Amino acid sequence: MTRFLQPGPSGPGPVLRLRTWIGPLPLQQSLLFVGVLLLFAVLGQNTADSMHRMGLTPGFAFLSHQANFEIGESVLSYSAGDSYARALAAGVANTVKVAVAGCLLATVLGVALGIARLSGNLLLASFVHGYVEFLRNTPLLLQLFLWSAIIHALPPPRGAYTFLGSVYLSNRGIYLPSLSIEGVPTIVWLSTVVLAVLAAVLLCRQLFAGSAFYLPKSAGVALAVLALCYLALTSLGFAASVEIPAKGGFNIRGGLSLTPEFAALLVGLVVNASASISEIVRSGIQSVKSGQWEAARALGLRPAQILRLVVLPQALRVIAPLMISSFLDLTKNSSLAVAIGYPDLVSVANTTANTTGQALEAIIIIGAVYLTISLSVSSVMNVYNRRVVLRGEGKR
Amino acid sequence: MQQHFTHRKLFTKAFAATTALAAGLIATSALAGETLDKIKARGVIKVGVGTTPGFFSPDSSGRWQGFFVDFGRAIAITVFNDAEKVEFTNSSPQQRLPALQSGEFDILLSGVTQTVSRAFKLGFHFGPVVFYDGQGLLVRKDLGVAKGEELDGATIGVQSGTTGELNIADFFRKTGKAFTPVTIEETGEFLKALDSGRVDALTQDATDLAAKRTQLSKPDDYVLLPERLSKEPLAPAIRAGDDQWLEIVNWTVYATIQAEEFGITKDNVDTFLKSEDPAIKRFLGVDPSLGEAIGLDPKFAYNIVKTVGNYGEIFERNVGKGTALNFERGYNQPWTSGGLLYSPPFR
Repeated sequence: MTRFLQPGPSGPGPVLRLRTWIGPLPLQQSLLFVGVLLLFAVLGQNTADSMHRMGLTPGFAFLSHQANFEIGESVLSYSAGDSYARALAAGVANTVKVAVAGCLLATVLGVALGIARLSGNLLLASFVHGYVEFLRNTPLLLQLFLWSAIIHALPPPRGAYTFLGSVYLSNRGIYLPSLSIEGVPTIVWLSTVVLAVLAAVLLCRQLFAGSAFYLPKSAGVALAVLALCYLALTSLGFAASVEIPAKGGFNIRGGLSLTPEFAALLVGLVVNASASISEIVRSGIQSVKSGQWEAARALGLRPAQILRLVVLPQALRVIAPLMISSFLDLTKNSSLAVAIGYPDLVSVANTTANTTGQALEAIIIIGAVYLTISLSVSSVMNVYNRRVVLRGEGKR
Repeated sequence: MQQHFTHRKLFTKAFAATTALAAGLIATSALAGETLDKIKARGVIKVGVGTTPGFFSPDSSGRWQGFFVDFGRAIAITVFNDAEKVEFTNSSPQQRLPALQSGEFDILLSGVTQTVSRAFKLGFHFGPVVFYDGQGLLVRKDLGVAKGEELDGATIGVQSGTTGELNIADFFRKTGKAFTPVTIEETGEFLKALDSGRVDALTQDATDLAAKRTQLSKPDDYVLLPERLSKEPLAPAIRAGDDQWLEIVNWTVYATIQAEEFGITKDNVDTFLKSEDPAIKRFLGVDPSLGEAIGLDPKFAYNIVKTVGNYGEIFERNVGKGTALNFERGYNQPWTSGGLLYSPPFR
């Protein structure tokens, strides 16, 4: 309380602080501020007037009305006659689905390519160089049209390409064998398994930190966890089975199916993002001083160990923040889905805007959803980033 | 001191720019509203169209041609007495409605279906129906399908932003069958989906499908089912809020219909100038009292017929017998011949 009333050497008083904040031209500053406020007021008023003139009622009441259109594929169950809110949620789920799968696959592919780019094998390194330059210098939309055309050019289901009798490629979709557990939705058991494995990995970090044979031990623990999960499920009476797709009638049935639109979008996004991720990984690895490599070699570490134990932990400091923007790019780029017919959020919101006339609201929803996704991805990644940085600097 | 000075200059500039921008916005919001005023000030009518040969497509020299394009030129004649003072722009079904709402177009002549929700929820007015259509299904012949109901479990291509997207969902809900939609915005990709075998069928206005069938690589492998899933009255669409502009659109369309009813064509219109029939005299502006009363060039109907012809001529020239589309007149002939075209009297 008294701290604020006492002017003195402790700091400038509130009045002075306000004055410094406003700057040397208080009158002009205030006028400019009022001007900006006025501008927004006029914009708002103009929008409201225009909508009123066209007989549009602003607001989100339409969300509870029946949406009379169908959505091609959806993680959430949806059918024509459900509400617009449900349709939009299905769109969000589709966007999240392609973004999550895309980020994971792009990371795996990008890291592999980044390491390959630095390999001593000239052929491999220059192939990756060409790959990266080609992908970074052509528009993503064009690449998506190309992937879409390639998948559409596959034979129809009756003449589908088959690999090992269990993978089918056709212009109606890509079919893979899938694991299914009777009575348990895929998403539930899949996330349970992922969580269990994550927990096992974290446990291993605590138990075996610094010990030899870190990887084989951890892999053993992860496998044991998976086996336990399986035993627990079967003992509870759930039967797990591998479902292999098979041709039947006009179509291929069973297994995990990816629609051509999803497959084209996923491949397009992954391939595109892997190019920039590989560059990030390359620059990260190259940022580690060559002395580190030499010292590790002098200690007698094998190349794989050098990469894993010495170089990558230091490279991650450079890599992590850049990866965040790559993931966000991929997520936002997924909105190009509408061009090739994948029902993502933008596609559903466009249809909603078109049938209800609530274009402004639809755009606000699209913006809010992408902002939420982006902010959550970057906050999660920032936590990871802080961990990586912390290790390098000891303490903060 | 130097820095102080630059600061001051910068602020003054920024402030001036902001006020100018704000003033500009106020000015535009005060002026906006009267579509006709804007058209006259601009000297050209902005029309949103699609790309389907016969209805609207640029010819080899880049000049727009087609059934709806001719109505655009007719409206330009009514407003400016010049068929060229009109600008056609292609807009996808998804983009066209917001574009009209935001004032990018003065009118849509892109085969928009007149519906109650478009009138009330989207704030559009519709001129007279210029084409009575219905939603159809274009299917691959080798499926051996004769009726829409037999498409149970099929994958069907729909174009986003059309009434087709809603009708097909209604149709399958009504019949209790299932289908998988592939919703595509871009017209080229929409066609490719059928061509490549990604979808079993496309659904869209039947006439549009008939035209699109000719653009497929093997048109004979596909058949347009005779069944119609819906009523699709295609009408000119404008923004609500300018009654005079609506009336100009209305009476331009009626003029082409009335001319056909009178039997007045592009070639014989001059002989009708000598007609003693008072209704024809009023219609062609020989008796100028009517045009003066409604504030239009008294000879606007004469000019339209002289330049683009009557409704029948527009129809036959673009989509009728002898064209690639080869359509029957069907509902699209005057009520006197059993069709649905009916013009209120010009008096």
